[in-house]
Amino acid sequence: MEVPILRQGQFLIASIQSALTDADLSHLREALIAQVGRSRCRGVIVDVTALDVMDSFAVRTLRDIAHMARLRGAETVIVGIQPDVAFAMVQLGLTLKGVATVLDLEEGLAFLNRRTEERGLETKPKRPSSRG
Amino acid sequence: MDTKKGMSVSPRASEAPPVLSESSAGLLRELVAHLRQNRTQLREEWARRITRAELLTAMTEEEIFAEATAVYDNYVEALETGTFEALQAYSRRLSERIIPRGVETDEVVGIVLLLRDVLARSLFTKYQDNVEKLNRILDSYEPAANRIANTVAVGFVEERERIIRQQQEAIRELSTPVLQVRERLLILPIIGVIDPQRARQLTEQLLRAIRANRAKVVVIDVTGVAAMDSGVANHLVQTVEASRLLGATVIVTGLSPEIAQTLVTIGVDLSEMATVGDLQGGIEEAERLLADRAPPSTPMRELPPETNR
Repeated sequence: MEVPILRQGQFLIASIQSALTDADLSHLREALIAQVGRSRCRGVIVDVTALDVMDSFAVRTLRDIAHMARLRGAETVIVGIQPDVAFAMVQLGLTLKGVATVLDLEEGLAFLNRRTEERGLETKPKRPSSRG
Repeated sequence: MDTKKGMSVSPRASEAPPVLSESSAGLLRELVAHLRQNRTQLREEWARRITRAELLTAMTEEEIFAEATAVYDNYVEALETGTFEALQAYSRRLSERIIPRGVETDEVVGIVLLLRDVLARSLFTKYQDNVEKLNRILDSYEPAANRIANTVAVGFVEERERIIRQQQEAIRELSTPVLQVRERLLILPIIGVIDPQRARQLTEQLLRAIRANRAKVVVIDVTGVAAMDSGVANHLVQTVEASRLLGATVIVTGLSPEIAQTLVTIGVDLSEMATVGDLQGGIEEAERLLADRAPPSTPMRELPPETNR
């Protein structure tokens, strides 16, 4: 089953609709990494709201996507992990270390916006708010 | 006394030795008739002795008499029929009524034994001229009476245990509130002993609450936790990680000196966990985190959404 990859501004959104086979996951990884460079995007969102099971291969693929996308210049955030799935994952020791995760798509967009803003600010001296 | 025949495993078998079986049924009938005849007098005597022994002090005299009557009738019926279901059901209902009033196990056992004594005394009085018959009557009375006492006591204890279990459930439910302090900030105060079952329930409730309230930061306060073993500590770490998967940062506060020492000594890896000394500090830290995360009132308007850099 093909996972649609949508472009939203500077970001790519991959919205998983149903359970995926290992082959589907590998395909998703390749497609996403290829598109990151092609569309010069700054962020990737993988929406897993529809998944009620997450096995070790799926978790590893998500982690790989995040690391590979970073090498290609884009932040990745995983959104929509269900509470039960999260609990099962930590019990199996699959914790997605080093990968950003947020509640849902909306939060994911906010997260990526903030990240790109921060990166932009690093080069600009002007700061919108005084913090730190 | 009858010799043991190897088959006397159940109390029924020993209570009616084959030699006596026919006449023993007759004796029991005679006994029941005697108890029915002297119902009023024996019942009063019993109630008097209950009061004198200062049992069931939580109940009024009328109540004691009413319950005594009911127990007496059920007692005689159990003796007559040799079946204990009705008595069992009655003792369960009785326990339900009297446990909330603070009646203790020793009182219930005490009153049943008193009834046994009262009835035995009346049998002594009735058959004092015929010791041989008295012996045979007692032979059939005693096992049945013991079994009745047993049934009532066990019924009471079972009911008590059921109530204790129910209360434990209730305490479990009550003791895990997830509180929203302000938008996107949850507090989970943990009080008391954490067993694996409760730890699991806590995590599940917290994860659901994170989703329902769209929480960004969670403060877990363990000031009220007296002790923590490696199992619970690992569960805490898992809770922190699962919360992160839902996009929430967890701050743990109020780790007591004892727990801190234990955790370091047993070598639980807590390097991933953000900890702050007390709840107040935890909330302050949480608010700092929330402020850093660009609150919804000031979204990123500074940056036009479609800037190309």
